[in-house]
Amino acid sequence: MSERQPIYLDYSATTPVDPRVAEKMIPFITEHFGNPASRSHPFGWTAEKAVEIAREEVAKLVGADPREIVWTSGATESNNLAIKGAANFYAATKGKHILTIATEHKAVIDTVRELERVGFTATYLQPEPNGLVDLAKFKAAIQPDTVLASVMLVNNEIGVIQDIEALGNICRENNVVFHVDAAQATGKVAINLEKLPVDLMSFSAHKTYGPKGVGALYVRRKPRIRIEAQMHGGGHERGMRSGTLATHQIVGMGEAFRIAREEMEFENARIRKLRDKLLHGLQTIEETYVNGDLEHRIPHNLNISFNYVEGESLIMAVKDIAVSSGSACTSASLEPSYVLRALGRNDELAHSSIRFSIGRFTTEADVDYTIELMKSKIGKLRELSPLWEMFKDGIDLSKVQWAAH
Amino acid sequence: MAHIFFDHNSTTALKPEVLESMLPFLVEQHGNATSRHAYGRTARAAIEHAREQVADAVNAHPSQVIFTASGTEANNFAVHGITSNLCHGQILTSAVEHPCVSRPALAMQSRGWRAIDIAVNIDCKLDMHHLHNLLLTPTNLVSVMLANNETGVIQDLAAVADLAIQHKAFVHTDAVQGLGKIPVDFAGLNVHAMTVSSHKIGGPLGAGALILDKRLDIQPLLYGGGQERGLRSGTENLAAIVGFGVACELAIKNLNAFAAHTQSLRDFCEAGLLKLGAHLFANHANRIPNTSFFAFPNIDGETLVMALDRKGFAVASGSACSSDTKEPSHVLLAMGIDADLARGAVRVSFGLSNTMEQIQQFLAALGNELARLRNLTAMSA
Repeated sequence: MSERQPIYLDYSATTPVDPRVAEKMIPFITEHFGNPASRSHPFGWTAEKAVEIAREEVAKLVGADPREIVWTSGATESNNLAIKGAANFYAATKGKHILTIATEHKAVIDTVRELERVGFTATYLQPEPNGLVDLAKFKAAIQPDTVLASVMLVNNEIGVIQDIEALGNICRENNVVFHVDAAQATGKVAINLEKLPVDLMSFSAHKTYGPKGVGALYVRRKPRIRIEAQMHGGGHERGMRSGTLATHQIVGMGEAFRIAREEMEFENARIRKLRDKLLHGLQTIEETYVNGDLEHRIPHNLNISFNYVEGESLIMAVKDIAVSSGSACTSASLEPSYVLRALGRNDELAHSSIRFSIGRFTTEADVDYTIELMKSKIGKLRELSPLWEMFKDGIDLSKVQWAAH
Repeated sequence: MAHIFFDHNSTTALKPEVLESMLPFLVEQHGNATSRHAYGRTARAAIEHAREQVADAVNAHPSQVIFTASGTEANNFAVHGITSNLCHGQILTSAVEHPCVSRPALAMQSRGWRAIDIAVNIDCKLDMHHLHNLLLTPTNLVSVMLANNETGVIQDLAAVADLAIQHKAFVHTDAVQGLGKIPVDFAGLNVHAMTVSSHKIGGPLGAGALILDKRLDIQPLLYGGGQERGLRSGTENLAAIVGFGVACELAIKNLNAFAAHTQSLRDFCEAGLLKLGAHLFANHANRIPNTSFFAFPNIDGETLVMALDRKGFAVASGSACSSDTKEPSHVLLAMGIDADLARGAVRVSFGLSNTMEQIQQFLAALGNELARLRNLTAMSA
């Protein structure tokens, strides 16, 4: 524990709880500890009232009706509930094909794979090299028996923003239920579900300065979308999701989403400046490649591959900053990022990628430090790299015939 | 008016030591436990420490602890996950299970399973003879709760597990109401899976666990990042898990004091209830020490609960999860209690913070309310 805390540039993995959020939560951990389902005493009522205020705050940020918000334990559960819940409910009437994108979060990909195991079929559409989905290809991938399409609003690794409105309209035209994973989007891009043709949308608190362990699923009322519950019990959340609600966490999510609504415009402008500074600083290093489209992208994210640097040594070398190589949820494995592979990056570039994600508490000094650190570390690693030397000598490495061992 | 809380089986106040342990993980130590940088490693170490604390509390190995978001999730995970990998067969649950066991079992019926209730007697004890007969039909899973949330009755889980295992069935127990109130011994009970929950023992809402025999081939409920050995995906609820660990440690440390204190409160309370004419449910059975479930003939339970609330006492008319519905308690009906009497059911469940003086106040207030309600009934008759 005595190790010095590195500079945190991993806001897409998780954000610190905003102190204002923590302050709102603590009374609900200590004094108002009632079970919101207890109808017979004020301990329960106080909790229930707080839960409903939070529901309104979450709804307000995304232009929904509070009655369309279902609490869950996080975006993973929201994604599982939306995909399994809608696929199972509509399979008999619409069919058993699911359309999703190869760069979705594992919580979507693995849920769809599980549905394949029980008799559904699936298409994992490849995005374009910039990470965006081609609308014509998406439309062409819809089959007569497609029941559900699932596309993330903002990608967790490369931060690109999909054209959800256009994709949703294609789904509407084809009578396909449309689910959107918005875990990485709240507080970063404006969402108005009154206008967006989206049926189900997943949210997370801990990516938007709220606590871990709580999320929500938006379930459209008009036209009404039905889902099969995945968790059965006391019939909480109108039967869609049973389980005692963690009041303090829900209160925290509400407050976090309120702050996001009020501050995102100003905050995004500040963060964009920092990101652009970081980008320009890092681009002074030779042989760097930005992964994903730069225009259709949240200002918080920068994902860069450093050519001729070995991935693991890179991570070891930059331990004074907390960053991710690939998504946090898969960084336990040494497989190169499947998201970058889907963009057509080769293994080496995928391995030597770093995701910098900037957030509310990042300072300009943090960015300056990071640029200098990266310049010096990449320089040192390349000094040791025979590949870099060959590249500098003008040898085209893709044409080298390596001897087999 | 300060409320006196007699509803500790629904949820119980967070212990100060638990809060203290959680606070750093809410704000400063905020890492994602899957991340490989220092923030992530600190988070990972904290979760593994909590896993040891939970394991110690139930006599299990840390590797047998799978963290979930709640007891409800752990119960759904157990019922759904154990049966999903098996050929369609039979699921047996006691007739007095919490809905988060019985409803997932019923949900499996739509996928070709049979879900059958195991009967209980008038004292809420499982009918072992009935269980034996049901096991003559090949059975995949038997799920029986360790202690009932309404009556507090403790089942002989070791005997249930013995019998079920002889018939090659897997055994799950919902031990949510047992932990912290009676010794809970995962290895000793010889069950395959066991559910525990944080907020019933002075830990925060938002954490639970399924204790799992690793030989069991279980199907996850949630798919994604592959946390919890791939069995429960989703970013770990770090602060809640840390709090759960500390709550487990405290629950075991305080187990004897809790039992002695709440049992003396309950004995005193029940003596008073009997004098007021109460019918006590399952009071002759072996029960967790803090729980009393009773009814006054011809007095509606919901009405009495509301009346007591106005006088400053928080009690329950059944399990909180079904407080929404007007149906009499399914537990009492399963015990063969008359529906009219069951409609009068009130549950009090005590905690370490309650005092003898509070019970005296409660009995006095109850006496007054009963007299008033009986007068109203007499007038309208």
